Amino acid sequence: MTQRVKFYQTGTFTVGNRLLDADSRTVQATLDRSNSLTSGHRACQGCGEALGARYAMDTAMRAAGNKVVAVNATGCLEVFSTPYPESSWQIPWVHSLFGNAPAVATGVAAALRAKGRTDVRVLAQGGDGGTVDIGFGCLSGMFERNDDVLYLCYDNEAYMNTGVQRSGSTPATARTATTPAVGAHPGNTFGQGKNMPLIAMAHDIPYVATASVADLHDLEAKVTRAMEISGARYLHVHVPCPLGWGSNPCDTVKLARLAVESGLFPLFQAEHGAVTDVTPIRRKVPVEAYLRPQRRFAHLFRKPPDTESLAAIQAIADRNIRKFDLLGAGGG
Amino acid sequence: MLKQVEGSQAVAEAIALCRPEVICAYPITPQTHIVEGLSKLARTGELGNCQYINVESEFAAMSACIGASAAGARTYTATSSQGLLFMAEAVYNAAGLGLPIVMTVGNRAIGAPINIWNDHSDSMAMADAGWIQLHAESNQEAVDLHIQAFRLAEQLSVPVMVCEDGFILTHAYERVDVPDPDQVDRYLPAFEPVQMLDPEEPITMGAMVGPEAFMEVRYLAHHKQLQAIDVIPELSAEFETVFGRESGGLIKPYRTEGAETVVIALGSVIGSIKDVVDELRDDDVAIGAIKVVSFRPFPLAQLRDALADAERVVVVEKDLALGLGGIVASNVRMALRGLRTPVYTVIAGLGGRPITKQSLHRVFAQAGADEIDDPHFLDLDLAVVDRELARAREKRRSGPIAENILRDMGLVGGKLG
Ligand SMILES: Cc1ncc(C[n+]2csc(CCOP(=O)(O)OP(=O)(O)O)c2C)c(N)n1
Ligand code: SF4
Ligand SMILES: [Mg+2]
Repeated sequence: MTQRVKFYQTGTFTVGNRLLDADSRTVQATLDRSNSLTSGHRACQGCGEALGARYAMDTAMRAAGNKVVAVNATGCLEVFSTPYPESSWQIPWVHSLFGNAPAVATGVAAALRAKGRTDVRVLAQGGDGGTVDIGFGCLSGMFERNDDVLYLCYDNEAYMNTGVQRSGSTPATARTATTPAVGAHPGNTFGQGKNMPLIAMAHDIPYVATASVADLHDLEAKVTRAMEISGARYLHVHVPCPLGWGSNPCDTVKLARLAVESGLFPLFQAEHGAVTDVTPIRRKVPVEAYLRPQRRFAHLFRKPPDTESLAAIQAIADRNIRKFDLLGAGGG
Repeated sequence: MLKQVEGSQAVAEAIALCRPEVICAYPITPQTHIVEGLSKLARTGELGNCQYINVESEFAAMSACIGASAAGARTYTATSSQGLLFMAEAVYNAAGLGLPIVMTVGNRAIGAPINIWNDHSDSMAMADAGWIQLHAESNQEAVDLHIQAFRLAEQLSVPVMVCEDGFILTHAYERVDVPDPDQVDRYLPAFEPVQMLDPEEPITMGAMVGPEAFMEVRYLAHHKQLQAIDVIPELSAEFETVFGRESGGLIKPYRTEGAETVVIALGSVIGSIKDVVDELRDDDVAIGAIKVVSFRPFPLAQLRDALADAERVVVVEKDLALGLGGIVASNVRMALRGLRTPVYTVIAGLGGRPITKQSLHRVFAQAGADEIDDPHFLDLDLAVVDRELARAREKRRSGPIAENILRDMGLVGGKLG
């Protein structure tokens, strides 16, 4: 029997495993989890990427009977997990280049098919830079061919590994090393954005979802769902980076949650190009609540505050809320 | 079986005989007919369970090869020119990871100006990427070298590039002996990787290596190339036992006994050079030639031995290190270091410029008399060059160089006015 759990019981929306029966607990909470990304790696304190990767990989391993091969793009996750001769990976893992993880994964999947190893599953993973920028062509090719690969993008909204430079996923106004908070329009410019999950959906691939380290149960559920499907699948995970965002390491999950609750990072699932499920916002917060604790947005809150930019960011959130019906006007 | 067949088709059939498990393909002239041939063989089931992947770029092609090879599959791709440069980062990476991928390079010039015809600029640009690089003289040798390449790659865990001249070989119909499957099976055992991505034995591949170990890692990659110096002749000898035909090896001298002048070249041009050598020998000129089959590893000691009695060396090469001169010639000078033997460089055939016997006769005569400029640019029209230089001196915006030259030569005058 599954309990109906209200995750806001602790008052903070924290997902309390102890409130659940054993079957409903996270893979991460089980003693027999694979511990694919084991301790001792060199991520910063409070690294959202390390957290997301650990949950995602162990869940995928559980779903695949512990038969997973992982391909990693260059980036923080790769660097902090494999300083030679040490490795945090307890699974077969290969790093080739920054921009080719999807194609390398295609090759691994092809080799397994050639050898008749239908039992082994292939995962590829990279940061936002490796995914939406330099690896974009390879990723689109992998989608178009519908190769049997689950691709995980850990989106911390900049090139963190090289010292926090702007990527195609960096939000407007954010300060990075290449979009400094100086001049008439400090921080990143307001561009058109690059919504990788929607671009993935435009390929009509079997499964696309967004997830966040704010809701690790949901992240695990989405990885599990993705692993039930074959073909090209894409999971875009929002992972705060204390170093790059100038946030408190203990606030990683809180910031991730504020991104979701403000509407800036909508959580949804889609199959074959159509949205099948949206996670409604439970308590809407203004974008300011999300932006203010991060030093990368500090210039918005100088005296006088940059109300114009704040309004523009709020408009982005509101547009998301309307587009994905995040307040559940359509029910829920 | 003897066949009258296009070079690319013969290579496709040779690859099929090697039982590849993954083939990644992207079109670029002049290699395209090879992957087209293989796609047909894959569709008709002649490649068994081989996975033929049409990718979106050469960078993806080599990357997918990396993944497939790392997962333990025998892996093949082919490219040329811009394609080889587009995949450059992955070319280095495949070698760094020690993955025994075999790739055909249908040699072609590199733009700008864009040019689809043959020279060796492409493979030369990747000469130091850590791949073994073998050059075919004929389509028969191209077939044979590919079969040897898989054996060599897998024995040493190093990728092998088989270079064949674009159009001159890839598109030429000639008689080729395509081997029997059982011969190839006898020569080429199933691929047994030294390490692979396997859930039963998880390993980390491609970890980050800092200054404390990087030198040693790179030295060992160099060491592997040096090992190949021994292995390449062994595999060539074994090839001859199984297939009854001599093919491959490091270098192949031609009529070098008593030769005062020795000409060195890579690839198909050695055919014309051998003809010229024959004609000159008929006239009692003491000249011979050496074909360099293995450009990487570069057979320093073997060349030095073979050139011991030469009074001069003429390197005919289809590439140009801008600001320096000949790439092959520089390598040959390394083989002859400490000796006084002059090494003349003849830059020839760039962008498909025909290398005629007549021009070779002329340049060998000049070299034989030690009256040759170095580097010498074979059949370069200096008058055209001088006029263009004069135009550029006269006027800063003197127009596009290639267009000016064509106009100057009267080749496009009518159209451009
Ligand atoms: C071809 C190439 N260009 C640039 C780099 C330098 N580089 C390595 S990691 C990285 C940034 C990674 O950013 P992202 O993918 O977002 O991952 P993160 O480190 O933020 O997790 C860059 C620019 C590289 N390794 N290769
Ligand atoms: S810089 Fe950011 S992404 Fe990289 S390890 Fe530190 S917290 Fe994680
Ligand atoms: Mg990033």
